[in-house]
Amino acid sequence: MQTTDVIFGINGPVVTVKESRSFSMTEMVYVGKERLVGEVIGITEKLTTIQVYEETTGLRPGEPVYGTGSPMTVTLGPGILDNIFDGIERPLKEIAAESGAFIARGSNVSALDCNRQWDVTLLVKEGDVLKGGDVYAECQETAIIKHRCMVPPTLSGKITMVKPNGKYRVEDTVAELTGTDGKVYPLSLCQKWPIRTPRPVSRRLPPQVPLITGQRVIDTLFPIAKGGAAAIPGGFGTGKTMTQHQLAKWCDADIIIYVGCGERGNEMSQVLDEFSELIDPKSGRPMTDRTVLIANTSNMPVAAREASIYTGITLAEYYRDMGYHVAMMADSTSRWAEALREISGRLEEMPAEEGFPAYLPSRLSEFYERAGLVDNLNGTDGSVTVIGAVSPQGSDFSEPVTQNTKRFTRCFWALDKALAYARHYPAINWTDSYSEYFTDLDPWYIKNVGEDFVRYRRQISALLQEESQLMEIVKLIGSDVLPDDQKLVIETARVIRVGFLQQNAFHADDTYVPLEKQRLMMKTILTLYQKAKQLVAASVPISGILQTGLFDKLVKMKYDIPNNRLDMFDSYLEEIDAALKGVVNA
Amino acid sequence: MILDYIGVKEINGSLIVLDGVKGASFEEIVDIRLEDGSIRQGRIVQMEGERIVVQVFEGTRGISLANTHTRLMGHPMELALSPEILGRVFDGAGRPIDGLGDVFPVMRRNINGTPINPVSRVYPKNYINTGISTIDTLMTLIRGQKLPIFSGSGMAHNELAVQIARQARITGEDGEDAKFAIVFAAMGVKNDVAEYFRRSFDESGVLQRVVMFLNLSNDPIIERTLTPRCALTAAEYLAFELGMHILVIMTDMTSYAEALREFSSSKGEIPGRKGYPGYLYSDLASLYERAGMVRGKAGSVTQIPILTMPNDDVTHPVPDLTGYITEGQIVLDRSLAGSGIYPPVSVLPSLSRLMKDGIGEGYTRADHSALSNQLFASYAKVMDARSLASVIGEEELSPTDKKYIEFGKLFEQQFVTQGQNENRSIEQSLDLGWQLLSTLPRAELDRVDDTILDKFYKPEQASKTLGETAQASSEDDELSAENAAESEN
Repeated sequence: MQTTDVIFGINGPVVTVKESRSFSMTEMVYVGKERLVGEVIGITEKLTTIQVYEETTGLRPGEPVYGTGSPMTVTLGPGILDNIFDGIERPLKEIAAESGAFIARGSNVSALDCNRQWDVTLLVKEGDVLKGGDVYAECQETAIIKHRCMVPPTLSGKITMVKPNGKYRVEDTVAELTGTDGKVYPLSLCQKWPIRTPRPVSRRLPPQVPLITGQRVIDTLFPIAKGGAAAIPGGFGTGKTMTQHQLAKWCDADIIIYVGCGERGNEMSQVLDEFSELIDPKSGRPMTDRTVLIANTSNMPVAAREASIYTGITLAEYYRDMGYHVAMMADSTSRWAEALREISGRLEEMPAEEGFPAYLPSRLSEFYERAGLVDNLNGTDGSVTVIGAVSPQGSDFSEPVTQNTKRFTRCFWALDKALAYARHYPAINWTDSYSEYFTDLDPWYIKNVGEDFVRYRRQISALLQEESQLMEIVKLIGSDVLPDDQKLVIETARVIRVGFLQQNAFHADDTYVPLEKQRLMMKTILTLYQKAKQLVAASVPISGILQTGLFDKLVKMKYDIPNNRLDMFDSYLEEIDAALKGVVNA
Repeated sequence: MILDYIGVKEINGSLIVLDGVKGASFEEIVDIRLEDGSIRQGRIVQMEGERIVVQVFEGTRGISLANTHTRLMGHPMELALSPEILGRVFDGAGRPIDGLGDVFPVMRRNINGTPINPVSRVYPKNYINTGISTIDTLMTLIRGQKLPIFSGSGMAHNELAVQIARQARITGEDGEDAKFAIVFAAMGVKNDVAEYFRRSFDESGVLQRVVMFLNLSNDPIIERTLTPRCALTAAEYLAFELGMHILVIMTDMTSYAEALREFSSSKGEIPGRKGYPGYLYSDLASLYERAGMVRGKAGSVTQIPILTMPNDDVTHPVPDLTGYITEGQIVLDRSLAGSGIYPPVSVLPSLSRLMKDGIGEGYTRADHSALSNQLFASYAKVMDARSLASVIGEEELSPTDKKYIEFGKLFEQQFVTQGQNENRSIEQSLDLGWQLLSTLPRAELDRVDDTILDKFYKPEQASKTLGETAQASSEDDELSAENAAESEN
């Protein structure tokens, strides 16, 4: 490790080194006496440019810069789950233990707890031939997740030494692999991987299974596939973070990676509190057992914010390689884009749209393409689903980050200010949002939920569409002048909006709704609509139908029918029959 | 060894460039002595080998290439702190201007602060009772929160901030007044406004518990970028070292951002939206994120930044980015202000993100969350009814819509409106809310459980009491008008 290179210039988080030949692009470096973490982002004959992941106050020209010879990497191994890291995988709990409540600079803590003993089972024997991705050992990382140690994707060869099963630390060698080049590689429980390089897979699969979230508007109208990518754009106060939290809590992925990228500190502490109290409904264990948090709040260094997204997706890919379904929430990708813009400005690059660098679209597409349902190198299936929040400037969806994100995600959940003002949550606007996964997922829905589910969905969206057209007229002349059949559409759409799409995250039963209940709710609403429509066609006045109170009753059925008493829907259908007959007879 | 560097190489706006400087460190403070003996302060903002760029806080007027002596101070910008800063007045760069001499420091702190580790934060839950119905009921202020007031020039944001500061009571076990203090940072405000705050604090007898940092509109612009940092450093010291509950009022953040823009463009940086520097978000975050509570420390820092939206445009970069960082916002509305309503809080776009966990059973009252949801939803319908009425006329509205119009009027006149000295308890505010909702048909209240409705939905009683309060509050208005007249004399 040479120390001849010294700092020449300092400008915010960007440090330059003069006439150096020892660095390579994206190499990780340590800057200054305090050894602040940095990364090489530009090299010319005269100057090497480094972005520093920590505050640069107090640095002096002439202080040393140490190279590490490898690109910015993260350590992958047991101990990642149930942990909270900053943007470059430094454990925040350890930092707090070391330096107190305020984050000090240059703290040198290792990513994973090196002293913890893991109960390791070795799965190979001497003479086995392994290739990249093959599992050689496993240990119980948390009560519900088994950690599989895999041969790094770049290695293959023959196992020449295996230790017995037992307790090992993360960096202990548990086996040795003699590579095809004849070299001996020790295998420990962990490996390193550069964060900007996607981990290789054997084959990508088309999306076929939905990510079940228990949120009606998403599962029914705008579903997302496992391995898909979705964007949640919305101005401030429209509930992006709330929606992300709900998805993190309830979606049926095996592992959740939650990246708080340039967001509020108090929000991160809320996630921490909530997730450790929340019991995962499937396993009965705390949510934190299957969660990793990456917190780079808005006042933490901007360069680390840029890296946090890559750190998150690399961790996600690592667990995918073990055969898990991983969901990654990124809140918010706009902050990441702004970090790109900030650093690009410091480098005095030529700006494109709104000051963002010209490479913004390519960076976004690279990131979202790391999502996917895949065949892993070791033959297992796994997926990474990415759900990225977007915070458009001035709530204007035509700004570059939203527009470019739209191009690379197939699911778009547009949050709406007017809905949020009326406290309609989740404030996902049903006319602006879309999902392109229908055709991929319909076979699954038909097979597993029922053939009618898909049909009901079409009818529901048609009714909402019709209502939004009628509302144009209503806004001009009031609803009184509409004919009865159109009044019925408006009334039914109200039930759909308030009783179905709107969902209360704080209500014990309503916060997560199984697909079967979603289907029955749609069925009940549409049954009422069809029967009422027949009556209206037979010239029964709509006022009489409304007086039955059926519509208001259906609005409240989401609360009145518990998730475990789905048989109650039958009585609702009977009541609709009886009440409507009453109207005819009256 | 202390070296003086004579002369400068280049002067550009508030920046000077020196060459051949040895041993300087990034963001170090320098003293610049002019020929007439006056001393100006500056900070190193860029370095290239021995060439350093210094930002001069007081501006470069009178500096020539030869007439200065520059000295490195060896440390970044620091603020002297001690318990005796309470009751003192400082300028924008933290120098005492009340004639009481320098602060004898117990410690010095870098004004840039360091980020709070997210795992060391305590999630804020205890609410602050402000005695203002709209805020307490619909956008509850929580201890450790940052809740800005989005206003425009000419609206009553200063009055509202003063009323909050005066009436704010911390509930809970350690709520004794002695531990409550205010840090006030004025950035680019007029002398009158600063004086108004000082007088108001004086009249309510809290001046001894206020620390003021004043950078008035004719003070050096560059110092303005230091003012909030000084104020927050003082706040952090009082909160986390002395265990006090601190309310930080910062006005006006728009002036701050403009100062930042001026500084950025003089450095020749590539501008982002509306000429503001690309790092405006990070910069604002480095201020706002200093609010909060920390595990193992008794105190808290709560922020009420005030910003005037140019042309009342909420999508302007400053309010826009602020809204993405802060935990909600209180938005003031010009048409409400125009129709004489104080405080002119525009309810629908206002929001408190931390409210959901700080209200209800054990904090305020069990029905609070249901009430606020319903009020928001119903008031949103008032807006629909009004826009319909403006097209077809009020006469043509359906009976339900007419009820909403009526509800909207009552809501604005009785719930939103309150006197500048009127301090309503949380029970009063909640009860008033239920009375207003009781003027609507019961079937319209679709956000509330039947059990709660049974308890609070009382239409007969409502019409009676609302009539009375209408009278009473108009008396209150007269009373407060009289008070105001007296205080002006």
